[in-house]
Amino acid sequence: MSFLELRNVSKSYGEGSTLVKALLEVSLSVDRGSLVAVMGPSGSGKSTLLTIAGSLEEPTSGEVLIDTQSLAKMSHNEKARLRRRTIGYVFQDFNLLAGLSALENVSLPLELDDLAPKRARALAMAALENVGIAERAGHFPDELSGGERQRVAIARAVVGERRLLLADEPSGALDSANGEAVMKMIRGACKQGIAAVVVTHDAHLASWADRVIFLKDGRIVDQTVPPPSPESLLAPLPSS
Amino acid sequence: MSIRHALLALLSQGPKYGFQLRQEFEQGTGDVWPLNVGQVYSTLQRLEHSGHIESDDSADDGPQKVFHLTEEGKSELHRWLSTPTDMASPPRDELVIKVLSALRVPGVDVNDVIQLHRRYLVELMQQWTHLKDDEAEFDLAFALVVDAELSRLDSVIRWLDQAEGRLKRAEAEPAVSSNAPRFRRRLVARR
Repeated sequence: MSFLELRNVSKSYGEGSTLVKALLEVSLSVDRGSLVAVMGPSGSGKSTLLTIAGSLEEPTSGEVLIDTQSLAKMSHNEKARLRRRTIGYVFQDFNLLAGLSALENVSLPLELDDLAPKRARALAMAALENVGIAERAGHFPDELSGGERQRVAIARAVVGERRLLLADEPSGALDSANGEAVMKMIRGACKQGIAAVVVTHDAHLASWADRVIFLKDGRIVDQTVPPPSPESLLAPLPSS
Repeated sequence: MSIRHALLALLSQGPKYGFQLRQEFEQGTGDVWPLNVGQVYSTLQRLEHSGHIESDDSADDGPQKVFHLTEEGKSELHRWLSTPTDMASPPRDELVIKVLSALRVPGVDVNDVIQLHRRYLVELMQQWTHLKDDEAEFDLAFALVVDAELSRLDSVIRWLDQAEGRLKRAEAEPAVSSNAPRFRRRLVARR
Protein backbone atom coordinates (compact mmCIF):
# COMPACT_ATOMS: atom_id res chain seq x y z
CA MET A 1 0.00 0.00 0.00
CA SER A 2 1.28 3.41 -0.98
CA PHE A 3 2.57 5.48 1.95
CA LEU A 4 4.00 8.40 0.00
CA GLU A 5 2.42 9.64 -3.17
CA LEU A 6 3.33 12.54 -5.43
CA ARG A 7 0.69 13.38 -8.02
CA ASN A 8 1.74 15.55 -10.96
CA VAL A 9 4.01 17.62 -8.75
CA SER A 10 5.73 20.61 -10.33
CA LYS A 11 7.98 23.16 -8.68
CA SER A 12 9.23 26.43 -10.13
CA TYR A 13 11.47 29.11 -8.64
CA GLY A 14 11.66 32.75 -9.75
CA GLU A 15 9.61 34.23 -12.55
CA GLY A 16 9.93 35.72 -16.02
CA SER A 17 13.49 35.49 -17.31
CA THR A 18 14.71 34.00 -14.02
CA LEU A 19 12.10 31.23 -13.97
CA VAL A 20 13.60 27.82 -13.13
CA LYS A 21 11.44 24.75 -13.47
CA ALA A 22 12.92 22.35 -10.92
CA LEU A 23 10.24 19.64 -11.16
CA LEU A 24 7.78 18.96 -13.93
CA GLU A 25 4.67 16.79 -13.50
CA VAL A 26 6.37 14.23 -11.27
CA SER A 27 4.22 11.32 -10.10
CA LEU A 28 5.68 8.79 -7.74
CA SER A 29 4.32 6.29 -5.27
CA VAL A 30 6.31 4.58 -2.51
CA ASP A 31 4.83 1.62 -0.65
CA ARG A 32 5.32 0.78 3.02
CA GLY A 33 8.43 -1.34 3.39
CA SER A 34 9.76 -0.25 0.04
CA LEU A 35 13.07 1.46 -0.76
CA VAL A 36 13.08 3.75 -3.79
CA ALA A 37 16.26 5.40 -5.07
CA VAL A 38 16.19 8.55 -7.17
CA MET A 39 19.15 8.99 -9.50
CA GLY A 40 19.98 11.90 -11.73
CA PRO A 41 22.68 14.42 -12.54
CA SER A 42 23.21 17.62 -10.53
CA GLY A 43 20.35 20.03 -11.10
CA SER A 44 17.93 17.29 -12.18
CA GLY A 45 15.56 18.08 -9.29
CA LYS A 46 16.45 15.21 -6.94
CA SER A 47 16.77 17.29 -3.78
CA THR A 48 13.68 19.37 -4.63
CA LEU A 49 11.68 16.17 -4.97
CA LEU A 50 12.84 15.10 -1.53
CA THR A 51 12.10 18.39 0.22
CA ILE A 52 8.61 18.51 -1.30
CA ALA A 53 7.97 14.87 -0.32
CA GLY A 54 9.05 15.74 3.21
CA SER A 55 6.77 18.83 3.40
CA LEU A 56 9.79 21.12 3.77
CA GLU A 57 8.69 22.94 0.60
CA GLU A 58 5.34 23.45 -1.12
CA PRO A 59 4.89 22.32 -4.71
CA THR A 60 3.88 24.97 -7.25
CA SER A 61 1.23 22.57 -8.48
CA GLY A 62 0.22 18.98 -7.89
CA GLU A 63 -0.43 17.09 -4.70
CA VAL A 64 1.57 15.20 -2.07
CA LEU A 65 -0.08 12.56 0.08
CA ILE A 66 1.47 10.91 3.10
CA ASP A 67 -0.41 7.95 4.51
CA THR A 68 -3.36 8.97 2.27
CA GLN A 69 -3.50 12.47 3.81
CA SER A 70 -3.01 15.38 1.43
CA LEU A 71 -0.37 17.83 2.70
CA ALA A 72 -2.24 20.69 0.99
CA LYS A 73 -5.19 20.11 3.32
CA MET A 74 -3.09 20.15 6.48
CA SER A 75 -2.59 23.17 8.71
CA HIS A 76 0.90 24.49 9.47
CA ASN A 77 0.81 22.76 12.87
CA GLU A 78 -0.39 19.47 11.43
CA LYS A 79 2.49 19.47 8.96
CA ALA A 80 4.96 20.29 11.72
CA ARG A 81 3.59 17.34 13.75
CA LEU A 82 3.90 15.09 10.70
CA ARG A 83 7.55 16.10 10.30
CA ARG A 84 8.24 15.46 13.99
CA ARG A 85 6.43 12.14 14.27
CA THR A 86 6.25 10.45 10.90
CA ILE A 87 9.11 11.62 8.71
CA GLY A 88 12.82 11.10 9.30
CA TYR A 89 15.48 12.95 7.30
CA VAL A 90 19.06 11.91 6.63
CA PHE A 91 21.48 14.36 5.01
CA GLN A 92 24.93 14.02 3.52
CA ASP A 93 26.49 16.17 6.26
CA PHE A 94 24.63 14.35 9.07
CA ASN A 95 23.14 17.55 10.62
CA LEU A 96 23.74 16.41 14.20
CA LEU A 97 23.70 18.98 16.99
CA ALA A 98 27.28 19.38 18.18
CA GLY A 99 26.41 20.15 21.82
CA LEU A 100 24.34 16.99 22.30
CA SER A 101 25.51 13.39 22.72
CA ALA A 102 24.53 10.72 20.19
CA LEU A 103 21.74 9.57 22.51
CA GLU A 104 20.46 13.13 23.04
CA ASN A 105 20.53 13.81 19.29
CA VAL A 106 18.28 10.80 18.72
CA SER A 107 15.95 11.42 21.65
CA LEU A 108 15.56 15.17 21.03
CA PRO A 109 12.80 14.95 18.35
CA LEU A 110 10.79 12.68 20.65
CA GLU A 111 11.20 15.02 23.61
CA LEU A 112 10.21 18.00 21.43
CA ASP A 113 7.09 16.00 20.70
CA ASP A 114 6.32 15.93 24.45
CA LEU A 115 7.36 12.35 25.07
CA ALA A 116 8.61 11.84 28.64
CA PRO A 117 12.43 12.14 28.65
CA LYS A 118 12.92 8.67 30.17
CA ARG A 119 10.73 7.03 27.52
CA ALA A 120 12.34 9.12 24.75
CA ARG A 121 15.81 8.04 25.82
CA ALA A 122 14.79 4.37 26.00
CA LEU A 123 13.47 4.56 22.43
CA ALA A 124 16.58 6.45 21.32
CA MET A 125 18.83 3.79 22.86
CA ALA A 126 16.85 1.05 21.07
CA ALA A 127 17.31 2.92 17.77
CA LEU A 128 21.06 3.26 18.39
CA GLU A 129 21.22 -0.47 19.16
CA ASN A 130 19.48 -1.21 15.84
CA VAL A 131 22.22 0.59 13.94
CA GLY A 132 24.95 -1.03 16.03
CA ILE A 133 26.23 2.03 17.83
CA ALA A 134 24.71 1.83 21.30
CA GLU A 135 28.15 1.72 22.93
CA ARG A 136 28.86 5.21 21.55
CA ALA A 137 25.61 6.69 22.90
CA GLY A 138 27.36 9.05 25.31
CA HIS A 139 29.80 10.46 22.75
CA PHE A 140 29.45 13.84 21.08
CA PRO A 141 29.41 14.13 17.28
CA ASP A 142 32.98 15.39 17.08
CA GLU A 143 34.11 12.26 18.93
CA LEU A 144 32.53 10.01 16.29
CA SER A 145 33.79 8.96 12.83
CA GLY A 146 31.81 9.92 9.71
CA GLY A 147 30.30 6.44 9.52
CA GLU A 148 29.29 6.55 13.18
CA ARG A 149 27.73 10.00 12.79
CA GLN A 150 25.63 8.81 9.89
CA ARG A 151 24.48 5.81 11.95
CA VAL A 152 23.32 8.24 14.63
CA ALA A 153 21.53 10.29 11.95
CA ILE A 154 19.76 7.16 10.70
CA ALA A 155 18.78 6.20 14.25
CA ARG A 156 17.31 9.71 14.66
CA ALA A 157 15.46 9.35 11.36
CA VAL A 158 13.76 6.07 12.28
CA VAL A 159 13.29 6.48 16.04
CA GLY A 160 9.82 6.14 17.51
CA GLU A 161 6.88 5.88 15.14
CA ARG A 162 8.51 7.28 12.02
CA ARG A 163 7.20 5.64 8.88
CA LEU A 164 8.88 7.61 6.10
CA LEU A 165 12.63 8.03 5.70
CA LEU A 166 13.96 10.60 3.24
CA ALA A 167 17.69 10.59 2.61
CA ASP A 168 19.69 13.02 0.47
CA GLU A 169 23.05 11.54 -0.59
CA PRO A 170 23.26 9.76 2.80
CA SER A 171 26.69 8.30 2.12
CA GLY A 172 28.17 11.10 0.06
CA ALA A 173 30.80 11.86 2.69
CA LEU A 174 31.61 8.25 3.53
CA ASP A 175 33.95 5.59 2.15
CA SER A 176 32.49 2.65 0.25
CA ALA A 177 32.28 0.27 3.24
CA ASN A 178 30.47 2.83 5.40
CA GLY A 179 28.29 3.86 2.45
CA GLU A 180 27.21 0.28 2.00
CA ALA A 181 26.57 -0.06 5.74
CA VAL A 182 24.29 2.99 5.58
CA MET A 183 22.28 1.49 2.73
CA LYS A 184 22.00 -1.81 4.59
CA MET A 185 20.63 0.03 7.61
CA ILE A 186 18.09 1.87 5.48
CA ARG A 187 17.11 -1.42 3.85
CA GLY A 188 16.81 -2.93 7.32
CA ALA A 189 14.46 -0.11 8.34
CA CYS A 190 12.35 -0.83 5.24
CA LYS A 191 12.10 -4.48 6.26
CA GLN A 192 10.49 -3.17 9.46
CA GLY A 193 7.83 -1.45 7.33
CA ILE A 194 9.31 2.00 6.77
CA ALA A 195 8.92 3.58 3.31
CA ALA A 196 12.18 5.17 2.16
CA VAL A 197 13.33 7.45 -0.63
CA VAL A 198 17.07 7.85 -1.15
CA VAL A 199 18.45 10.44 -3.50
CA THR A 200 21.88 9.57 -4.86
CA HIS A 201 24.08 9.91 -7.92
CA ASP A 202 25.89 6.69 -6.95
CA ALA A 203 24.69 3.55 -8.76
CA HIS A 204 26.39 1.35 -6.15
CA LEU A 205 24.05 2.74 -3.49
CA ALA A 206 20.99 2.98 -5.72
CA SER A 207 21.32 -0.72 -6.45
CA TRP A 208 20.21 -1.48 -2.88
CA ALA A 209 16.77 -0.10 -3.74
CA ASP A 210 13.73 -2.09 -4.81
CA ARG A 211 13.13 0.45 -7.56
CA VAL A 212 15.33 3.12 -9.10
CA ILE A 213 13.79 6.26 -10.59
CA PHE A 214 15.80 8.31 -13.11
CA LEU A 215 15.26 12.05 -13.02
CA LYS A 216 16.44 14.44 -15.72
CA ASP A 217 15.68 18.14 -16.12
CA GLY A 218 12.94 17.86 -13.49
CA ARG A 219 11.13 14.93 -15.10
CA ILE A 220 11.06 11.22 -14.38
CA VAL A 221 12.47 9.78 -17.58
CA ASP A 222 12.78 6.12 -16.67
CA GLN A 223 12.70 3.56 -13.88
CA THR A 224 13.96 0.05 -13.29
CA VAL A 225 11.68 -2.93 -13.43
CA PRO A 226 11.85 -5.48 -10.60
CA PRO A 227 15.00 -7.51 -11.20
CA PRO A 228 14.75 -11.20 -12.07
CA SER A 229 16.25 -13.81 -9.78
CA PRO A 230 19.97 -13.22 -9.24
CA GLU A 231 20.49 -16.86 -10.18
CA SER A 232 20.30 -15.72 -13.81
CA LEU A 233 23.68 -14.03 -13.32
CA LEU A 234 25.49 -17.26 -12.62
CA ALA A 235 26.10 -18.63 -16.10
CA PRO A 236 28.73 -21.27 -16.87
CA LEU A 237 32.14 -20.01 -17.97
CA PRO A 238 33.21 -20.16 -21.59
CA SER A 239 36.28 -22.30 -22.23
CA SER A 240 39.61 -20.61 -21.68
CA MET B 1 39.42 -15.21 -17.54
CA SER B 2 42.28 -17.69 -17.28
CA ILE B 3 40.99 -21.04 -16.03
CA ARG B 4 44.44 -22.43 -16.86
CA HIS B 5 46.19 -20.21 -14.34
CA ALA B 6 43.47 -20.58 -11.73
CA LEU B 7 44.01 -24.37 -11.90
CA LEU B 8 47.79 -23.90 -11.58
CA ALA B 9 47.14 -21.75 -8.48
CA LEU B 10 45.05 -24.53 -6.93
CA LEU B 11 47.76 -27.10 -7.70
CA SER B 12 50.36 -24.87 -6.03
CA GLN B 13 48.75 -25.98 -2.75
CA GLY B 14 49.58 -29.64 -3.51
CA PRO B 15 48.54 -32.54 -5.78
CA LYS B 16 44.81 -32.77 -6.51
CA TYR B 17 42.26 -34.85 -8.40
CA GLY B 18 40.44 -33.36 -11.40
CA PHE B 19 37.02 -33.42 -9.71
CA GLN B 20 38.59 -31.81 -6.64
CA LEU B 21 40.05 -29.00 -8.79
CA ARG B 22 36.65 -28.30 -10.28
CA GLN B 23 35.03 -28.19 -6.84
CA GLU B 24 37.73 -25.94 -5.36
CA PHE B 25 37.67 -23.60 -8.37
CA GLU B 26 33.94 -23.09 -7.97
CA GLN B 27 34.18 -22.61 -4.21
CA GLY B 28 37.14 -20.29 -4.63
CA THR B 29 35.15 -18.02 -6.92
CA GLY B 30 32.15 -17.95 -4.59
CA ASP B 31 30.26 -20.41 -6.90
CA VAL B 32 29.74 -17.49 -9.26
CA TRP B 33 31.64 -19.10 -12.16
CA PRO B 34 30.51 -22.70 -12.62
CA LEU B 35 32.81 -24.96 -14.63
CA ASN B 36 31.79 -28.11 -16.44
CA VAL B 37 33.79 -31.31 -16.12
CA GLY B 38 34.78 -31.21 -19.80
CA GLN B 39 36.35 -27.76 -19.38
CA VAL B 40 38.39 -28.93 -16.41
CA TYR B 41 39.76 -32.07 -18.06
CA SER B 42 40.49 -30.43 -21.44
CA THR B 43 42.36 -27.61 -19.66
CA LEU B 44 44.29 -30.11 -17.54
CA GLN B 45 45.20 -32.03 -20.69
CA ARG B 46 46.56 -28.86 -22.30
CA LEU B 47 48.54 -28.01 -19.17
CA GLU B 48 50.00 -31.51 -19.15
CA HIS B 49 51.03 -31.24 -22.80
CA SER B 50 52.71 -27.91 -22.16
CA GLY B 51 54.64 -29.42 -19.25
CA HIS B 52 53.09 -27.19 -16.59
CA ILE B 53 51.57 -30.12 -14.70
CA GLU B 54 52.10 -33.84 -14.46
CA SER B 55 49.68 -36.61 -13.65
CA ASP B 56 50.01 -39.75 -11.67
CA ASP B 57 50.54 -42.40 -14.35
CA SER B 58 49.26 -45.20 -12.13
CA ALA B 59 45.62 -44.44 -13.01
CA ASP B 60 43.82 -44.01 -16.32
CA ASP B 61 42.22 -40.74 -17.38
CA GLY B 62 39.31 -40.02 -15.08
CA PRO B 63 38.40 -39.02 -11.56
CA GLN B 64 41.16 -41.12 -9.95
CA LYS B 65 43.98 -39.28 -11.74
CA VAL B 66 46.09 -37.03 -9.50
CA PHE B 67 47.73 -33.89 -10.93
CA HIS B 68 50.65 -31.94 -9.56
CA LEU B 69 52.49 -28.78 -10.52
CA THR B 70 55.89 -28.99 -12.25
CA GLU B 71 58.71 -26.47 -11.76
CA GLU B 72 57.78 -25.08 -15.17
CA GLY B 73 54.17 -24.72 -14.04
CA LYS B 74 55.28 -22.97 -10.88
CA SER B 75 57.32 -20.47 -12.94
CA GLU B 76 54.40 -19.89 -15.30
CA LEU B 77 52.06 -19.25 -12.36
CA HIS B 78 54.45 -16.68 -10.83
CA ARG B 79 55.00 -15.04 -14.21
CA TRP B 80 51.21 -14.70 -14.63
CA LEU B 81 50.69 -13.29 -11.12
CA SER B 82 53.49 -10.75 -11.47
CA THR B 83 52.49 -9.55 -14.96
CA PRO B 84 49.85 -6.81 -15.14
CA THR B 85 46.77 -7.85 -17.11
CA ASP B 86 46.90 -6.03 -20.46
CA MET B 87 44.70 -2.97 -20.17
CA ALA B 88 47.04 -0.56 -21.97
CA SER B 89 45.02 -0.14 -25.14
CA PRO B 90 41.29 0.63 -25.10
CA PRO B 91 39.09 -2.41 -25.63
CA ARG B 92 36.84 -2.34 -28.67
CA ASP B 93 33.81 -1.91 -26.50
CA GLU B 94 30.46 -2.52 -28.16
CA LEU B 95 28.70 0.02 -25.95
CA VAL B 96 31.20 2.76 -26.86
CA ILE B 97 30.79 1.93 -30.55
CA LYS B 98 27.00 1.94 -30.14
CA VAL B 99 26.99 5.40 -28.55
CA LEU B 100 29.37 6.76 -31.20
CA SER B 101 27.21 5.24 -33.94
CA ALA B 102 24.00 6.66 -32.42
CA LEU B 103 25.47 10.15 -32.91
CA ARG B 104 25.47 9.61 -36.68
CA VAL B 105 22.15 7.87 -37.23
CA PRO B 106 19.34 10.25 -38.26
CA GLY B 107 16.26 10.05 -36.07
CA VAL B 108 18.10 8.37 -33.16
CA ASP B 109 18.54 10.27 -29.90
CA VAL B 110 21.88 9.25 -28.39
CA ASN B 111 20.52 10.16 -24.95
CA ASP B 112 17.89 7.43 -25.33
CA VAL B 113 20.62 4.91 -26.11
CA ILE B 114 22.55 6.08 -23.03
CA GLN B 115 19.53 5.86 -20.73
CA LEU B 116 18.54 2.43 -22.06
CA HIS B 117 21.97 1.12 -21.06
CA ARG B 118 22.05 3.01 -17.76
CA ARG B 119 18.79 1.38 -16.68
CA TYR B 120 19.95 -2.05 -17.83
CA LEU B 121 23.22 -1.70 -15.89
CA VAL B 122 21.47 -0.49 -12.72
CA GLU B 123 19.11 -3.47 -12.97
CA LEU B 124 22.11 -5.80 -13.23
CA MET B 125 23.66 -4.07 -10.22
CA GLN B 126 20.42 -4.56 -8.30
CA GLN B 127 20.65 -8.29 -8.96
CA TRP B 128 24.26 -8.48 -7.75
CA THR B 129 23.45 -6.37 -4.69
CA HIS B 130 20.51 -8.66 -3.96
CA LEU B 131 23.00 -11.53 -3.79
CA LYS B 132 25.01 -9.53 -1.29
CA ASP B 133 22.05 -8.69 0.88
CA ASP B 134 22.26 -11.71 3.12
CA GLU B 135 25.86 -11.48 4.23
CA ALA B 136 25.39 -14.25 6.76
CA GLU B 137 25.69 -16.76 3.92
CA PHE B 138 28.64 -14.95 2.46
CA ASP B 139 32.14 -16.16 1.88
CA LEU B 140 35.14 -13.97 1.14
CA ALA B 141 35.67 -15.21 -2.43
CA PHE B 142 32.03 -14.57 -3.26
CA ALA B 143 32.16 -11.07 -1.75
CA LEU B 144 35.25 -10.21 -3.82
CA VAL B 145 33.66 -11.49 -7.03
CA VAL B 146 30.43 -9.58 -6.41
CA ASP B 147 32.34 -6.39 -5.56
CA ALA B 148 34.34 -6.78 -8.79
CA GLU B 149 31.18 -7.13 -10.86
CA LEU B 150 29.49 -4.19 -9.15
CA SER B 151 32.55 -1.99 -9.67
CA ARG B 152 32.80 -2.99 -13.32
CA LEU B 153 29.14 -2.17 -13.97
CA ASP B 154 29.41 1.04 -11.95
CA SER B 155 32.37 2.21 -14.01
CA VAL B 156 30.34 1.78 -17.20
CA ILE B 157 27.49 3.82 -15.69
CA ARG B 158 29.98 6.54 -14.76
CA TRP B 159 31.18 6.62 -18.37
CA LEU B 160 27.56 6.94 -19.54
CA ASP B 161 27.06 9.84 -17.11
CA GLN B 162 30.20 11.51 -18.39
CA ALA B 163 29.19 10.95 -22.01
CA GLU B 164 25.77 12.47 -21.37
CA GLY B 165 27.33 15.51 -19.69
CA ARG B 166 29.86 15.94 -22.49
CA LEU B 167 27.16 15.69 -25.17
CA LYS B 168 25.06 18.27 -23.32
CA ARG B 169 27.99 20.69 -23.12
CA ALA B 170 28.89 20.07 -26.77
CA GLU B 171 25.32 20.96 -27.73
CA ALA B 172 25.48 24.21 -25.76
CA GLU B 173 28.98 25.32 -26.77
CA PRO B 174 30.07 26.55 -30.22
CA ALA B 175 32.25 24.17 -32.23
CA VAL B 176 35.98 24.35 -31.45
CA SER B 177 38.10 25.98 -34.19
CA SER B 178 39.62 23.41 -36.53
CA ASN B 179 42.83 25.50 -36.66
CA ALA B 180 43.76 24.31 -33.19
CA PRO B 181 46.69 21.88 -33.20
CA ARG B 182 45.66 18.28 -32.84
CA PHE B 183 47.67 15.99 -30.64
CA ARG B 184 45.46 12.95 -30.91
CA ARG B 185 47.43 9.81 -30.29
CA ARG B 186 46.82 6.81 -32.39
CA LEU B 187 45.20 4.30 -30.07
CA VAL B 188 45.04 0.68 -31.03
CA ALA B 189 41.97 -1.14 -29.80
CA ARG B 190 42.23 -4.57 -28.25
CA ARG B 191 40.33 -7.60 -29.58
